[in-house]
Amino acid sequence: MQNYFYELSEALFKQLTPNEQLLLSFEGEDSDFVRLNNNKIRQAGSVSQRSLCLDLIEGKRHAEACIELAGDMQKDIKQLTDTLKKLREQRAFLPEDPYLSFATETNNTEFHHDAEVINSHAAIEQILQAGIDLDLDLVGIFANGSQYVGFANSMGQRNWHSSANFNFDWSCYLTKDKAVKSNYAGFDWQQDKLLAKIENCKRQLDILAKPAKTIEPGSYRAYLSPSAVNEIMGMLSWGGFGLKSHRTKTTPLIQMLEQDRTLASTISLREHHARGLAPAFTDSGFIKPRQVQLIENGRYKDCLVDPRSATEYDSAINAGSEYPCALDLAAGNLAEEKILSELGTGLYINNLWYLNFSDRNACQLTGMTRFACFWVENGKIQAPLNVMRFDDSVYDLFGTNLLGLTSERELILDSSTYGQRSNSSIKLPGALVKEMCFTL
Amino acid sequence: MNHDLNQVAKTFQNIVYSIAPDVDYWSLRLTDEKHESISVRQGIMQPVDKQQARGALLSVVIGDGCGYAATSDLSVSGLTKAASLASEWAKQSAGMSLLTASDYPCPENTAHYETPVKQDWDSLALNEKVTLLQDANKALKINDSIVDWQAYLGRRCEDTLLTSSAGAHIEQRFHYIHPGLVAVANKGSITQYRTGGGSQSSRQGGLEQLDLLNFPGEATTLAEQAVALLSAEECPQGKMNLVLAPSQMTLQIHESIGHPLELDRILGDERNYAGTSFVSQDMFGSYRYGSDLLNVTFDPNRSEQLASYAYDDEGTPAQREYIIRNGILQRPLGGSSSQARARMQGVANARQADWFRPPIDRMANLNVEPGETRVADMIANIEHGVYMETNRSWSIDDSRNKFQFGCELGRVIENGELKGLVRNPNYRGISATFWRNLAAVGNADSFQVQGVTNCGKGEPNQAIYVGHASPTCHFSDVDVFGGAA
Repeated sequence: MQNYFYELSEALFKQLTPNEQLLLSFEGEDSDFVRLNNNKIRQAGSVSQRSLCLDLIEGKRHAEACIELAGDMQKDIKQLTDTLKKLREQRAFLPEDPYLSFATETNNTEFHHDAEVINSHAAIEQILQAGIDLDLDLVGIFANGSQYVGFANSMGQRNWHSSANFNFDWSCYLTKDKAVKSNYAGFDWQQDKLLAKIENCKRQLDILAKPAKTIEPGSYRAYLSPSAVNEIMGMLSWGGFGLKSHRTKTTPLIQMLEQDRTLASTISLREHHARGLAPAFTDSGFIKPRQVQLIENGRYKDCLVDPRSATEYDSAINAGSEYPCALDLAAGNLAEEKILSELGTGLYINNLWYLNFSDRNACQLTGMTRFACFWVENGKIQAPLNVMRFDDSVYDLFGTNLLGLTSERELILDSSTYGQRSNSSIKLPGALVKEMCFTL
Repeated sequence: MNHDLNQVAKTFQNIVYSIAPDVDYWSLRLTDEKHESISVRQGIMQPVDKQQARGALLSVVIGDGCGYAATSDLSVSGLTKAASLASEWAKQSAGMSLLTASDYPCPENTAHYETPVKQDWDSLALNEKVTLLQDANKALKINDSIVDWQAYLGRRCEDTLLTSSAGAHIEQRFHYIHPGLVAVANKGSITQYRTGGGSQSSRQGGLEQLDLLNFPGEATTLAEQAVALLSAEECPQGKMNLVLAPSQMTLQIHESIGHPLELDRILGDERNYAGTSFVSQDMFGSYRYGSDLLNVTFDPNRSEQLASYAYDDEGTPAQREYIIRNGILQRPLGGSSSQARARMQGVANARQADWFRPPIDRMANLNVEPGETRVADMIANIEHGVYMETNRSWSIDDSRNKFQFGCELGRVIENGELKGLVRNPNYRGISATFWRNLAAVGNADSFQVQGVTNCGKGEPNQAIYVGHASPTCHFSDVDVFGGAA
């Protein structure tokens, strides 16, 4: 795939006029997707897709297009040659772009993790057999295969990132909305690890079989698992960390900027590009720094700055996109094994769901509990919880009401597959909060 | 008629049984799609976003197994490889499959459909479109309180061809238009924004839709409202009357009628991701979903709506059906394969969002039918309440029951009159009871076609266009509140 991209690139670079520059960004995947319901196959298939985005530049004028590639060199060169001609024609009608920004220093990089991790057919047999053995109503998605990202420009820069990996995201249902959610993802498939996770689901289902408790609206002491904290981080990521959202005052963290509001001093958050699951380069050829410290000891520090914002706001580039893809929330000092006793009486929240802002300026969020959440009394799980709606401010949850973060952290590989398989990830601890407000 | 797609289909038909001899049934859906979006932000033209995609989704049935393969390689070798991969999945899933062979639809129709367009996208040159957007920018930037502003105009043209071993040959061409205006106002730590000009109501059709969406004519009004919201009172709190404009009814219909009635959710397919439903199969035909005033249709025939089509992606002919009639639940939103699994009547709504994703049950066009009340009379009958328009926040539980929604703009209703603006209007409720409090339904004068372009669902994930049209509606005894400030 890498050679294909580079050969295609060379063929296009030869067609440039002396004053032109061309940026090429390649993305592709060869993935299997197997959808499961009732521990049976609902839909199974393979997807092969690859696209190339072209940015044809002359001075400050440029024109862009993204084209699906066929994978046939002759056909692709023909359609891309036609595209280049059209871009050249269109460019003449476009004004200069004052925020155009692309790398002019050559930085070549390569990352390969190409060996097949697991044969998808074999993995599905293992999964379904475990479901049969444990008599589980298992529902979810198994995704497996290779992902490719490449960059080339007419100044000689070449970058490549390819990765073979799997992501099995599933839940096991007891009845109606009572279920346990789990995930097994990575680069090294081990059947015993898979079975251990599925067996753990089975054990939690036994607890879910107890009569469920419905809590009254009000404030409760609560433990948020790493998965639940991840949902809150997802909301903050929606405009919270980008330079453009800060300069246009649309960030949900606007009170940190305008009123010097802070989070708890134990909150330190960075974008950890060096984790290496996403490419180290941007689609205009810049190399990302190892990390960007977003929040340090509860205070806002730096923004993610993409090439366009960097030019517009006269800042340094430190990201390909202003939406984070490798967040890292620092650990605390609560021992995970003691979390039930630390919680005492309150809510053990494994998953949150469908969050949104009820007041963006105040970073006030609403959302639902989902999957296996429990009512805990005196450090012991008493009953599963019926779903409840919370409505609370991040300044309270991760500020005045934060009692601590766990010392153990979880690395979550994003199972999202909109358009293509995600290469985002996040590493974070669980959080114990003094009060969390529930409304419905 | 897309010559290239027809050529690929012909080639495939000639080779299919030599490359996949075991196949009992096959369907091939080909897509050729072009997308272009032009945007001017703060008076600066942004890079034109142009995308082109072409690919095939091949589905095969062997015994009780089914498999698919999607490829952008439409050569003989590409299709041969796809046939091999799909066949392998079909063979493995036989015996482990949730569906049996008889559950898969085998369409045999021949048909053509194209979105009616009065004014073609290319009838306006690129520089003329840019001028239109530049003028809109000037109209949005009314004073220094406006800190960000943008106008955009996009189009998407999608050709699809569905062929099958049973003889189906269904060609459809869809034209979509995506205009929008955004005004962001700020004062200190308070930011308010307004969107409009079609930003949450993309449509099918051509440039003739722009006037109908107040694009760009709405620009200055939106900016003025955004600025006014900075100093507006917070939305009042309490149980009260709530009047929702069509721009919020869209979301209300989408989340608390559309999703819970999707048959694949009811059958459990979405339980790991989008969720389940508080509705069960036994409720259809008798369950009171809303007051007598609630009439909801699945309507693929309103050509300007986002999800109008002649056939769905399983090849089932689409026709208008009542989903809820006089408040009583009638039928679910389920396509042919879901209907076969559930042994229920449904609608033609099996759709794929991209050429590389298999069809699943989607909402398509789901509309609240107009009632008989003039909006002026509706307001006049309310002693105390809030009017809200344009969705900005949405959250609902995985059974699609407990919801909380927020809007960009609210107005207090006092003693039968619309009063001043209020900011951060929110409300919450429970689907199962909310619609029973539907107190009045606006007449056809208030009926507006809206839509959602990012309805997310499915594993692997699919974001698709759905249409919602509605009149203004009045609900009683709703829990209304403002922001945290």
